[in-house]
Amino acid sequence: MSPENPVSESRKHYIQVIVENRFGVLSRVAGLFSARGFNIDSLSVAPGLDTSVSQMTIETQGDDHVVEQIIKQLNKLIDVIKVINLSEFSFLTRETLLIRVNTNSRPGDREEAFRIAEIFRSRIIDSSPSTYTIEVTGDEDKIEAILNFLKPLGIKEVIRTGKVAIPREDQKQSSRGMTRLAEGDMSFHR
Amino acid sequence: MKMSGAEMLLESLKREKVTHIFGYPGGVVLPVFDALYKDPSLQVILTRHEQGAVHAAEGYARSTNTVGVVLVTSGPGATNTLTGIADANMDSIPLVIITGQVPTKMIGNDAFQEADIIGMSRSCTKHNFLVRRISDLPRIIKEAFYIAKSGRPGPVLIDFPKDIIVEKGDFSYPETVSIRSYNPTIQGNRWQIRKAAQTILKSRRPILYAGGGIISSAAHKELLELVTLTGIPTTLTLMGLGAIPGNHPRFLGMLGMHGTYAANMAIHDADVLIAVGVRFDDRVTGKIAEFSPHSKVIHIDIDPTSIRKNFHVEIPIVGDARVILKDLIEELREISAGEDAFRHYQPWIDQIAEWEKEHPLCYTMDKDVIKPQHVIEKIYQFTQGDCIISTDVGQHQMWTAQFFKFIKPNTWLTSGGLGTMGYGFPAAIGAQKAHPGKRVIAITGEGSFLMNIQEMATVVSLDLPVKIVILNNQYLGMVRQWQEFFYGSRYSSSFIGQSPDFVKLAEAFGMVGMRATRPEQVEDIILDGFSRRGPVLMEFQVDPEENVFPMVPAGGSNIEMIFESPGEKDDPKKRDSILTA
Repeated sequence: MSPENPVSESRKHYIQVIVENRFGVLSRVAGLFSARGFNIDSLSVAPGLDTSVSQMTIETQGDDHVVEQIIKQLNKLIDVIKVINLSEFSFLTRETLLIRVNTNSRPGDREEAFRIAEIFRSRIIDSSPSTYTIEVTGDEDKIEAILNFLKPLGIKEVIRTGKVAIPREDQKQSSRGMTRLAEGDMSFHR
Repeated sequence: MKMSGAEMLLESLKREKVTHIFGYPGGVVLPVFDALYKDPSLQVILTRHEQGAVHAAEGYARSTNTVGVVLVTSGPGATNTLTGIADANMDSIPLVIITGQVPTKMIGNDAFQEADIIGMSRSCTKHNFLVRRISDLPRIIKEAFYIAKSGRPGPVLIDFPKDIIVEKGDFSYPETVSIRSYNPTIQGNRWQIRKAAQTILKSRRPILYAGGGIISSAAHKELLELVTLTGIPTTLTLMGLGAIPGNHPRFLGMLGMHGTYAANMAIHDADVLIAVGVRFDDRVTGKIAEFSPHSKVIHIDIDPTSIRKNFHVEIPIVGDARVILKDLIEELREISAGEDAFRHYQPWIDQIAEWEKEHPLCYTMDKDVIKPQHVIEKIYQFTQGDCIISTDVGQHQMWTAQFFKFIKPNTWLTSGGLGTMGYGFPAAIGAQKAHPGKRVIAITGEGSFLMNIQEMATVVSLDLPVKIVILNNQYLGMVRQWQEFFYGSRYSSSFIGQSPDFVKLAEAFGMVGMRATRPEQVEDIILDGFSRRGPVLMEFQVDPEENVFPMVPAGGSNIEMIFESPGEKDDPKKRDSILTA
């Protein structure tokens, strides 16, 4: 970019993509990211309320220029109906984890694991003589916190869903991110 | 009445006003070729390789501004089209490619001649479709043509499994297309156009930088009108040549790596850059940080991803070039006070004229060796630009772009973005098929020509009067030039002097072959070759070490143009060494 447009900082973005619920669409989206050298940190996909569409939440990172290109390139895919950069809004994210943790390494571990699960309002969904399997849902901070608490016990396995995100109701668009695009450039939002 | 998938396909193509199909038969598409046999209203052009079929369709599409159609079989038939498809995708050429596929139930089982062409072509098509139900077929074809031609044009592939080709169903062709997720912007934003007009009016050193988008949207009249109204100097990209007449006084020639001195200097010193239907390709901009450093940029393009992809843009306008230029002209007329409104550009125009005088395109004639540029100039003199020219990729391509003056749009067929050797000759076949009465010339090098030489059988069997001009310098010339400049003249794998005897080869294929080895023969061969009725191959044995100048080294700034070879620098007889302005 030119001197008038200094490279902005790379930061995390959540992009919601509404696509036709059709064969091959996921690979078009994933292929676009790999072909153009964009990152996908996490991706979750499922049919929407209207089952003719699928909703994707993509967690990615990049400076403003990169994110502008990601959004434009996504819009260019024929099967993409709508692209929303959630980072322009106030929004909520959630992720669900299934954590299998050791409970028998030291005496008292089993009780400790049970207490941690309680504190984080998570559920023990399976147990074996030496492990618990804990289901936890939350935002990034909560997930990080419970993992930190459980680590000393010995985490055997973690399965994550990837993040889903939704804008808060009645939130006006903030002045960050894509809004810096001039009017003539916005018409690609379909 | 029930129709088979094959019959539906042909009926749908006719509804799309298709008259020519470029293709090659094979196992799973036999029923389609059988239906074509029974229906003479669609003409099949049988090439001798599937890649040739795609390039021919590209030449057809570019020379007519319509959609080119390709029909091939599954597996290798499909994979052979990929280079052509990628080429069309880079250069925004509208194509519909129909590939046969193994029966639906066998997909994924590694069946004979199965290839996952949907997966393979995903990243080099504008869109692709796998036909999974016969009832979807008419809609898919309708959408394919619409997507290929609208917005930023491009190739669309339809993968057509054998069981659906033979299945019977009811046919009803949709009248209209509605794709909720695809609505290209046509009209430009009114306020942005006004802002652009004001910026242009206030500028002192404006330059128009236009490209292939002008050709795709048929905006050449509007572009010329804008230049006539304002007198703004204009440079074109490789893909844009012909967008304004090559002999227009305000035309500065091509810009970029092998662009003219005047065009590159003007871009560098401009205060307003009006970019229309271009994408700031690296071969155009050179070192991006030093490209047009003082300018405010107005960028008109139908593809929003082209805007701010490589370069800053102050006034983006998304939409169709023709529609926007029309509005822009109207706006300029409104806000400017009469003819004198653009008089203040005069010092700038004088400055550019200085640059044009300082370093015009030139080469030195030799009494013993044919200069390739001379051949191009002679072809221009002979045809006066009234012909369609295709090229392959390399030095001959750049010399043609520099020395041939393209007067009209859609008369210049070249592989720009992908740089595909082997493009030119088949593209000429497609153009000749579309314009039977027109002179079509394939200018090529001996390296490129060998890459799709099998199509000689196509022109001979169809008796297409394509004229082939081979500039034979015994090297992969552009590779050799780079090796001379940047690899200490170590000509690794670039010498291909053991070429076949092209004259005999032409005769073996059943066409006329001619050869010129001395400068005095050039005119005679052109005169003789071009006045013959059928296909003619003309080989010109040219200076093996001639280089393309000016040249901007890769990654260099556009004003660091080189005008002579490294060895010539110390030669006091030659003027100007490396010029760094």
